[in-house]
Amino acid sequence: MCGIAGLIHRKGSSNIGQEMTSMLQALKHRGPDSTGFAIYSEPVKGQYILRFKVAEQEDMSKGFDIQDQVKERRADVDKRLKAMGAKIKEMEEATAYAFRYQIEFSGDLKELSDRVEDVEGAEILSIGNALELIKDLGDATVVSDAYDIDEIKGTHGIGHTRMATESDVDIRSAHPYWAYPYNDIAVVHNGQITNYWLMRRHLERDGQRFVSNCDSELLAVYTATNLEKGMTLEESLKKSIEEIDGVFTYLVTTKDELGMAKDTMAAKPMVLYETDDMVALASEEVSIRAIVPHEIDTWDPYDEEVRVWKA
Amino acid sequence: MESVDQESISHEMGMHTQSLRGRDIKTMFSLENEGGYAYAFAKDVDFNKRTEIDIENMTATECNTKIRSLMDEGYGTIVIKNPGAKHSIIVGILNKMNFIVEGSLGYFGCGLLDGPTVRISGRVGWSFAENMMAGVCVVEKNAGSTFGAALRGGDLVCKGSVGSRTGIDQKGGTILVGGDTGAFSGFMMQRGRMVVCGNAGKNLGDSMYDGTIFVGGEIQDLGVDAVPGELTDLDKAWLTRKLTQYEMMPSKGVDHFTKIVAGKQLWSYDNLEPSEKKLVL
Repeated sequence: MCGIAGLIHRKGSSNIGQEMTSMLQALKHRGPDSTGFAIYSEPVKGQYILRFKVAEQEDMSKGFDIQDQVKERRADVDKRLKAMGAKIKEMEEATAYAFRYQIEFSGDLKELSDRVEDVEGAEILSIGNALELIKDLGDATVVSDAYDIDEIKGTHGIGHTRMATESDVDIRSAHPYWAYPYNDIAVVHNGQITNYWLMRRHLERDGQRFVSNCDSELLAVYTATNLEKGMTLEESLKKSIEEIDGVFTYLVTTKDELGMAKDTMAAKPMVLYETDDMVALASEEVSIRAIVPHEIDTWDPYDEEVRVWKA
Repeated sequence: MESVDQESISHEMGMHTQSLRGRDIKTMFSLENEGGYAYAFAKDVDFNKRTEIDIENMTATECNTKIRSLMDEGYGTIVIKNPGAKHSIIVGILNKMNFIVEGSLGYFGCGLLDGPTVRISGRVGWSFAENMMAGVCVVEKNAGSTFGAALRGGDLVCKGSVGSRTGIDQKGGTILVGGDTGAFSGFMMQRGRMVVCGNAGKNLGDSMYDGTIFVGGEIQDLGVDAVPGELTDLDKAWLTRKLTQYEMMPSKGVDHFTKIVAGKQLWSYDNLEPSEKKLVL
């Protein structure tokens, strides 16, 4: 019973970090294990925002050498970035094990990602011109405080509160998922995909890689593959309803779009609020009301419904 | 009335196949007894005694506890302000009384009701009025999925559109929808009536055992065991009465409604609702 939420402002930036934190905190009861944000801040021209971690949160309390190992792994990542021709413009230590770099890079993003993730314990959370993908254990307030998410301004974002069912309670299994190796695409999902392994093997045969055993990751990889083939986001979402089995409602963001798709059974909830200024979606209305405190008109999208909004 | 009398009367009326207990039997066989219309443990409330509560800063438990304490004080009309789409508000109310909700409720609102009249000015989330036994709930805006799940009696009204699986496992009562309804509405319906003034999604009435569904707009498709029925004059009169009662009468009347019933016939199954049995008796 995870909780998902999405928000897009149609007339410019807002305090999207703060708003997403409020929306996800209101969904804490749907999933207390981890919380994740994919927020689109103002893009930095010619630069990528790279978010990665080199250890799991729980690793930090294990063993005598973990602090040194984290330093070594991070140094190894720095070395590999430089070797690939990436210039590190800014470095931020979001937590003891997760980092945010601003880099200049004009080479192959997939190769860069593979090189970085080859470092032991390293996992790229996101790469993008505008995407800030942050996920960790704990509720929205805990994660937001740890990563200063309240400070992030932007036009749109999605988020997730996870109740672990299919895979472990760790950052690797937390949502959102970045659509490796394509920049600025993220996915959150509520539901269960029943042809996950079949679809995963099909995508793996095409050269895609998966970092977790969480069925939701499939949607990110699947969406990225479709977009790479030239489909629009709307086409990809519609195709997913035909090809993916199970019960699901999921949200996808690109650098300037927010999309949603609901399965054929409409078995997973989604409440939608739409005005000229903004669109807010969440598993429960109480999440939308966390940022729109007055009475509003909302409705549930129907089965097989696909919607895409532009920022 | 003694239980022996009740049993003998029910047997004489051929009703011995039904287990007659609790409120049904009191209502059916003790019409002269005013006490028979309410539970023995129902609170003594005065409809004209009205109060308001602001639940903006209350949890669902605090709100429901407050409602009960107000009922203990005899309040028969309670206005709920600032509900903020909270879940599980106004649940398990077994009294005849009035609730007025100024705003929207979240999931599982008004569950397990037996008797009250509830008016909601906003929308409601999933599983509204689940297992309602009697009473009236009117929602002015939209409703989420599984609206009126396992409804057993009373009138459940949504003037906007509702989500999927409306009236799933409906066992009685009436569901009225002013707008559209989603897929699998009337799924496993067993008794009662559902009226949808707008369109109905796919698999309408799937696996229904009994009951009747009326649809004013398009039906995407019918589920297994659901078949079109003949819209009789009695049906039209009933539709007109119900829709007029809740100010939902379509401008073009009710002649265009499609009637959907169960295609199969079950043995040893009477399709009368408890309230209709009262009329028969």
